Amino acid sequence: MNMVQALNSALDVKLEDDPDILTFGEDVGYFGGVFRVTDKLQEKYGLTRCFDTPISEGGIVATAIGMGAYGLRPVVEIQFADYILPAFDQLVSEAARLRYRSNGEFWAPITVRVPYGGGIFGGQTHSQSPEALFAHVVGLKSVIPSNPYDAKGLLISAIEDDDPVIFFEPKRLYNGLFEGRPDDPVKPWKDHPLADVPEDVYRIPLGKARMVREGADVTVLAYGTMVHVALSAIEECGIDAELIDLRSIVPLDIDAIVESVQRTGRCVIAHEASRYGGFGGELSALVQERCFHHLRAPIERVAGWDTPYPHAFEWDYFPGPQRVIDAMQRTQEV
Amino acid sequence: MATSRETAANKRSSSKSGPARRTSGGAKKAATPDQGQSDLIRKPPEIAKFTTEEDSQAYRDMLLIRRFEEKAGQLYGRGLIGGFCHLYIGQEAVVTGVQMVLKEGDQVITAYRDHGHMLATGMDPKGVMAELTGRRGGYSKGKGGSMHMFSRDKHFYGGHGIVGAQVSLGTGLAFANRYRGNDNLCCTYFGDGAANQGQVYESFNMASLWDLPVIYIIENNQYAMGTSVTRSSAETHFNQRGVSFRIPGMEVDGMDVRAVKAAAEEAAEFVRGGNGPIILEMKTYRYRGHSMSDPAKYRSKEEVDKMKDREHDPIERVKARLIDGGMSEEDVKAIDKEIRGVINEAAEFAQNDPEPDPSELWTDIYAEDGSEAA
Repeated sequence: MNMVQALNSALDVKLEDDPDILTFGEDVGYFGGVFRVTDKLQEKYGLTRCFDTPISEGGIVATAIGMGAYGLRPVVEIQFADYILPAFDQLVSEAARLRYRSNGEFWAPITVRVPYGGGIFGGQTHSQSPEALFAHVVGLKSVIPSNPYDAKGLLISAIEDDDPVIFFEPKRLYNGLFEGRPDDPVKPWKDHPLADVPEDVYRIPLGKARMVREGADVTVLAYGTMVHVALSAIEECGIDAELIDLRSIVPLDIDAIVESVQRTGRCVIAHEASRYGGFGGELSALVQERCFHHLRAPIERVAGWDTPYPHAFEWDYFPGPQRVIDAMQRTQEV
Repeated sequence: MATSRETAANKRSSSKSGPARRTSGGAKKAATPDQGQSDLIRKPPEIAKFTTEEDSQAYRDMLLIRRFEEKAGQLYGRGLIGGFCHLYIGQEAVVTGVQMVLKEGDQVITAYRDHGHMLATGMDPKGVMAELTGRRGGYSKGKGGSMHMFSRDKHFYGGHGIVGAQVSLGTGLAFANRYRGNDNLCCTYFGDGAANQGQVYESFNMASLWDLPVIYIIENNQYAMGTSVTRSSAETHFNQRGVSFRIPGMEVDGMDVRAVKAAAEEAAEFVRGGNGPIILEMKTYRYRGHSMSDPAKYRSKEEVDKMKDREHDPIERVKARLIDGGMSEEDVKAIDKEIRGVINEAAEFAQNDPEPDPSELWTDIYAEDGSEAA
């Protein structure tokens, strides 16, 4: 399966499994989602469990919170992560905080699926990576798969989770893997081992990172599309790097990170989002706090530039493999 | 089980891609683009006389709210309640009249002027007062405060400090009723100020599109904090705010508990009949400032005094009826005394109950209780 099919399969098995699960959003029902993730689900589960909404992101998320407080388990789609900001108030002030301020009486077991990230010439309102905004909000969880197998297992865990989960889907990876080399032909998922996705229910726990590649010289931390960019960079430059796919940034598998960095003594953090105030800053602080005496070089961050996401300079902005190679090399020179 | 539910829902649905339902008996059924909107602006129903029992109950319920709020104001003045505290004094008839027509399982959700709503749903005054003072016996163990209390048992869904945010949540609760196929409705309260928030209209659209069982109750106390409706609202007839979404609305005398009850009764019947949402604009008035720190200089003393007089005050009006109906002054005083006793007990509790244990700072953040996620 490609990532779209894997996500569709996760929704399918969970809708089958639990009558309290329903899914909705802009064009989610009849059309099957702008990226086809909810394709045929309305046909199969009916208009009440898979349906279209008005273009009202705040309302979509908020009604889901109300449903969740009552005991349903809604999975909503925000068509692009860039559109989630009208719902930010509801996610921060209501979804994330309901449990705390109600003494555990009510909570919002909702999943908000958000296609995110660049590499598709979407310009500044269809390419952004806003995960740091949500990681900062206590009470929310933020999950980011990098391949079809993880996408299904993580989405099932997110849906079953009793906390609100923002599920970031790297849209550049939906139909094939992308290594940050725009001139290369598209690599379909079908040849990739992680495209071998079981039809049945399986779960990948939130907060458990995946070791992509073991190595001794430097630890590279990445998630989403950047996992493939980093792997490609490592293979090209020959540095024996260890690559960890974080899978979720809240909860964060800090133990896996610390174990690795204490071994390699070097750390490179890679994300698409712009650098200043990005999640890389938090990762860098955590690594520094826990691995200070093991570090043999300054921690490196590879990120988007601190500019709005440009349309014309997509490949200058996007942190491609060369920038990851440069950062890894800098850690080796100290 | 899933199959039967979905089949039933599909049968009711006439939309191509959404869960919309238009029943044959609804007032909105003949909605066509060129039809006039006159059917949407409804006259409130005739006020039915209350029985002595109803008047007596209404008096008791409203007095409980008023005395509670007065006591909260005193505790605030003595520094025992910190932060924010929005009193409901003057508006008691609204929530009291609405609550009289609700049935078990109907949800109530409101904004931050919420103590009255909690008491009306039957929440314990001790737990509400102790939340105001930030004590462990408070409904949210002191961690929520005045604006943030909940009760699953009483179907009270908060208590929300962000103006207008609860309107969409209430719409979701109504959706859940519809999805579960129960006969419950959600009373979603908000003020004239919140009525200018964008998400209110997102909610109106969805609720009407999907015929959700929700009563939107706009408590128009005529001031959004310090800004009067005439200075904040292009359309000050809030009962008409749903017209673009084909939601009918009524303007109701929110200072008369009988008028409120009659309107709520009609609204509840409409909503339970599968006709979708309805708006009740309750014309009401708050006697105190927006919050404890507001001296309310934006309105005249004469204006406030006029609303507080015997002709307008919702509690005085009921009291006059009770006495006209033959209740003795002593019996009325006995009710007053009983209510004062309940409130004093709540205030005592709220002052003597210990503060929450510091470990509570870390509970109820995530489902894995007591632990940091990262």
